[in-house]
Amino acid sequence: MPKVTWMFEDGGEVFADVKDGLSLMDAAVHNGVRGVIGECGGGLMCATCHVYVDPAFAHLTGEASAMESDLLDMTEVPRRPESRLSCQLVASEVLDGLVLRVPSA
Amino acid sequence: MTLGTVVVGAGQSGLNVAIRLRALGYDKPITLIGEEAHLPYQRPPLSKKFLAGELDAKSLLLRPADFYQDQRIDLKIGMRGTAIDTRERRIDLSDGSALAYEDLVLATGTRARELPLALTAGLRGVHVLRGADHALALQRALAAGRNLVVVGGGFVGLEVAATVRQAGMNVTVLEQAPRILQRVAGAEVSQRLRALHQAHGVRILEQHQLASLRGQGGQVHEVVLADGQVLPADVVLVGIGALPNVELAQAGGLAVQDGIVVDQHGQTTVPGVYACGDCARFPWGEASIRLESVHNAMAQGDCVAQAIVGRAVPYAPVPWFWSDQYDCKLQMVGLSTGHDAVVVRDAGPRPTQGASVWYFKASHLLAVEALHDAAAFAHGRRWLEQKKSPRPEDLASPTLPLKDLSLH
Repeated sequence: MPKVTWMFEDGGEVFADVKDGLSLMDAAVHNGVRGVIGECGGGLMCATCHVYVDPAFAHLTGEASAMESDLLDMTEVPRRPESRLSCQLVASEVLDGLVLRVPSA
Repeated sequence: MTLGTVVVGAGQSGLNVAIRLRALGYDKPITLIGEEAHLPYQRPPLSKKFLAGELDAKSLLLRPADFYQDQRIDLKIGMRGTAIDTRERRIDLSDGSALAYEDLVLATGTRARELPLALTAGLRGVHVLRGADHALALQRALAAGRNLVVVGGGFVGLEVAATVRQAGMNVTVLEQAPRILQRVAGAEVSQRLRALHQAHGVRILEQHQLASLRGQGGQVHEVVLADGQVLPADVVLVGIGALPNVELAQAGGLAVQDGIVVDQHGQTTVPGVYACGDCARFPWGEASIRLESVHNAMAQGDCVAQAIVGRAVPYAPVPWFWSDQYDCKLQMVGLSTGHDAVVVRDAGPRPTQGASVWYFKASHLLAVEALHDAAAFAHGRRWLEQKKSPRPEDLASPTLPLKDLSLH
């Protein structure tokens, strides 16, 4: 059960223990993280679960697939090098302490 | 007691009305009424990962159980609305109680269209797929069967065919129209998905009519076609479309026409009564349409919530849809109705060869269908939202990258 923190631009944050295997989009929705919508439920369609992965964790979350990368080009807030769709990030022990920043429109 | 909003239908659209109302600062009571005895859940995985056993019921839930209390949403499941009195602003429920409302939202969804009773009477093993209980029943039936016949080559039928074929069963898809997906996608998509299914060993019989079902000991055993062919069938899945649940609205005196008729703000023909999602027919150009999709369920639910809090925004969606079959993702955006030009574009040198189909009317982009080509979908969606169009002749040249195309 990794501990994950979602940080907002206004300084607020949400902190949760996330069950191994759960996507970080599902975890965000279940913990009421504002700004992460997950409209398509992880179907790689809507790009509404966009987050910025803290650079210290980038080597652990890996790289976006080609399809995810194409969808990141469509996000409401422009992508950055550390942009990911959180439906494609799966909780596991190695991500313990992960910090995700939620872009605000 | 303060009157609030009653939402009938706890699917993706009804739930989103409740969620958006709270997010918009709505402070009055919210009651959400769901017919199925489950917490609100997502339907798209039912024909795919849930049917395959890769997802459990809990992971389908749209929100955890404690969410409803936290958000002061009074969720009543296993309950139906039985009558509405729009003058008294009151709804009767199936447990005999009644609720007064200030605003009423009908998000009653659709139900699966079934085969005529004369064909199926007294036979076990004939299934439809709309809800989680249907999926569980189908899953149990499949566990014991070897031969599946899918009646109807639409999204539900083809997704189930792919899931079940990958589990090793014999699968035949029967479609009475000249091609699978005729009602929902263009010929290019039909042709490519037909080839994909055939490559996986699924039999696709287009332009074939079902004549009858034969049973053995009360269990379906064979499917007989109009041309006399007989297909072995331990399980039959009927995927021949959905019907909007309009009966409650109709009996309450609201206008109904293949869906509950609403205006651009989601309001029905009676003030204070709204409808959204699969069951609602809304203005589209000079006509009207009804859409069955997650995106429409969510977006129109949001539109209704905005109207209830007094910030009515006209509903003018760029609709999108998707379907996953095998490792192939079909992504569609816009509606191609009325197109006068079509361009098919290969995705170019990618690990898995994708393609996209672009529909135009008077040189304006109407819709994109992308198979294994998320870049085409992503660009098409953004351009449609910005009301911009690429030139058809530029698209036809696969060496010109999408991001470099000039727009008008």
